[in-house]
Amino acid sequence: MENQQKNIQLNSRGQLRHFLSINGLDREILTEILDTADSFIKVGERSVKNVPLLRGRTVTNLFFEPSTRTRTTFELAAKRLSADVLNLDISTSATSKGESLLDTLRNLEAMGSDLFVVRHAASGAAHFIAEQVTPNVAVVNAGDGRHAHPTQAMLDMLTIRRHRGAFENLKVAIVGDILHSRVARSQITALNILGAAEVRVIAPGTLLPSNLEAFDVKIYNQMSEGLKDADVVIMLRLQLERMKGALIPSEREFYQTYGLTKETLSYAKPDAIVMHPGPINRGVEIASSVADGPQSLILNEVSYGIAVRMAILSMTASGQTQTEGLEE
Amino acid sequence: MDISVDKLIDDVSASLERYIAEKGIDNPSIVGIHTGGVWVAQRLHKNLNIANPLGSLNISFYRDDFTQIGLHPRVTPSELPFEVDGQHLLLVDDVIMSGRTIRAALNELFDYGRPASVTLITLVSLEGRELPVQPDLCGTEMKLDKGTQIKLEGPEPLRLICRESS
Repeated sequence: MENQQKNIQLNSRGQLRHFLSINGLDREILTEILDTADSFIKVGERSVKNVPLLRGRTVTNLFFEPSTRTRTTFELAAKRLSADVLNLDISTSATSKGESLLDTLRNLEAMGSDLFVVRHAASGAAHFIAEQVTPNVAVVNAGDGRHAHPTQAMLDMLTIRRHRGAFENLKVAIVGDILHSRVARSQITALNILGAAEVRVIAPGTLLPSNLEAFDVKIYNQMSEGLKDADVVIMLRLQLERMKGALIPSEREFYQTYGLTKETLSYAKPDAIVMHPGPINRGVEIASSVADGPQSLILNEVSYGIAVRMAILSMTASGQTQTEGLEE
Repeated sequence: MDISVDKLIDDVSASLERYIAEKGIDNPSIVGIHTGGVWVAQRLHKNLNIANPLGSLNISFYRDDFTQIGLHPRVTPSELPFEVDGQHLLLVDDVIMSGRTIRAALNELFDYGRPASVTLITLVSLEGRELPVQPDLCGTEMKLDKGTQIKLEGPEPLRLICRESS
């Protein structure tokens, strides 16, 4: 084994057993996730969209932070795998009555939950839970603080691969509020591992994290330079609710400099695809004409999100199985 | 192993042709089970001049041993390029032994629709059934020595390989 350091995400056979972060996973595993997701897209085209893989298992959505898209697509993904789904809205649950996170967790385990999907405002929360759960229970990170949102990154990778093919030939530009974006961090890592030709970020200096040198990216402050010859343009939401202090002069000024409009999009390749993890702020980071335009894949991303989450739920559940895989 | 797969397929093609005529099966579709079953199905599809496009089934999402052995990596998606509702299906696999693969395949087929009928064709039928599932037509029946298993290798040429089971 190359890496002697124990990676909590993998079992002794190197298979996925938790999905917490893109970091620590290799190209082979990421490709396996994408391939499996492709198969689930086919299943989603049938009249009966369910398969019996996780029949009898319980998936608990543990959401400490509000989310619509991610929670519903995880719920749908689990249901299409025939699992039972428990949605726990923490603001109305026992933690608000003073129960500790670990006690809540133990109770849910006692109810027979096999898989936790965790969204939390604190970075590292899913990792912490994965360390605490009993063996045979899988944990999937659905977004933790500013750290990572790996299932979103994987559905973006699936979108790129399905619509643009091999990563080796692609220039990908990520635009906007990199500083607050856990999605951007996971995307950059995934693109680097999958071997994208070039990963660029375009943002004002105030919205760039200080540790960006650790990532293999090219940094631009101008749309005209950063989008030149780009194959993929990923817009990020301006996370105004997380901004303390004046990081940007005004929304309007941000839109004028970094908003994706028909004009700025014309810097990229004519057939460049436009993506956005959502929710989109029309007229803040993206023009309606682009968001609803022919190059936009924003709604495709949502459908692919179900397939990617089906792949990750079934792979992590599979990675919890104890015996050696048999050949057919 | 001195079994000619080509001869087996020719024999099965001939008996399948008779079977279809006897039973009056109208406009059937052929479905092969990944991977070996698809190879056999391709040959039968050609030999019998079946008009409908060939279907393939990957039963990985329907296996009953997920809790023991987990998910098979790299699942090639199932492809049924015709309406399953009301269709006569010829389901093809290379080898039948326990019958569990066929159980899974039938479950998957019914998630696509309600076929008019399903006929099961296998190249080899091995002793060792664990479920009440029998092929309607098979090329040859065999009993394996303990600790050996049989596998169809292909796609070109198709060969039946007997080996020690791991």
